[in-house]
Amino acid sequence: MKKTISIIALGILSIASIGVVMSSSEWSEREDEERYGKEYESDDHEDGVFRDAWLDSRADVHPAENQIYQSECGGCHFAYQPGLLPGKDWERIMDSLVEHYGDDASLDELQTAEIRGYLLDNAADRARLSRARAFSAGSDAGDGLPRITNTRYFKREHYEIPARIVRSNAEVGSFSNCQACHRSAGAGIYNEHQVVIPGVGKWDD
Amino acid sequence: MKILIAFVMAGLAATSMAYGPAAKLIAGYRNTGAGPFSPDAGRSAWTQEHPSSSGAGMRSCASCHGSDISKAGRHAKTGKPIEPMALSVNPARLTDAKTVEKWFRRNCRWTLGRECTPQEKGDFIQFITSQ
Repeated sequence: MKKTISIIALGILSIASIGVVMSSSEWSEREDEERYGKEYESDDHEDGVFRDAWLDSRADVHPAENQIYQSECGGCHFAYQPGLLPGKDWERIMDSLVEHYGDDASLDELQTAEIRGYLLDNAADRARLSRARAFSAGSDAGDGLPRITNTRYFKREHYEIPARIVRSNAEVGSFSNCQACHRSAGAGIYNEHQVVIPGVGKWDD
Repeated sequence: MKILIAFVMAGLAATSMAYGPAAKLIAGYRNTGAGPFSPDAGRSAWTQEHPSSSGAGMRSCASCHGSDISKAGRHAKTGKPIEPMALSVNPARLTDAKTVEKWFRRNCRWTLGRECTPQEKGDFIQFITSQ
């Protein structure tokens, strides 16, 4: 009887510890085989991804893999993943590239069409990753322009960050500058364990 | 003899500015009737300031690219680093005509509020090539 109990206890303990090791954030969810396979592919340490203590983090938002999007849109600012805004916001942005947050970001027709299609196909309301879907939960009005930093989910996640360590921080400047603090933002990884605020340090809740 | 060599070298130097990656673009602008082009005109246009349409302050090419184009610049708003423009430092510049025209279209509209004329574009290209 004692032996059985200890074997069962051991079994439960092993399963629990595997669970702890495998989960890197409270959003853990095995989504689909494709993504599972992808992250194990990039298991070498040359992809510039900031490593957790246990296992490598998985993407919270699917990385922006479209080459044209990366080169055309990532040329002036961080290439925000399509999963960070709902489709209707991407539509508004693509309809007004000539007046793009104070800049002219116009593209030729072919590129505009391709990027628009890519963004809509992968937008937050169509995303499979739960953290990306959260970005489609609604935005505050703000200045009227679609902004990731105005989405309710973003505001909730960043409300306790004092504005001065972002806006008055020469190395960050703005909440729109994701990769300044989220060191693996380029890979779509935004979990708090990989946040290092320049001049401040790790910001782990 | 020395003078002859000096002239030949000067001639080669002059033509080297007309050949190379930017040659096709320059030829295209010449066809519209623009030219001759001057790196000095390009340099002074580079740092010339223009009022912004939103009233947000003056802007020039140097606002993002810097006035010393052998150094990296940064986007005036996002802070994103921009590779140096100077051809001697960054030989990848001016190698794709479509890319050059795209950035002329966007950046002239942002800086000057209008498209650049072929004369202005030619001067800019000569300036970038000369650095």
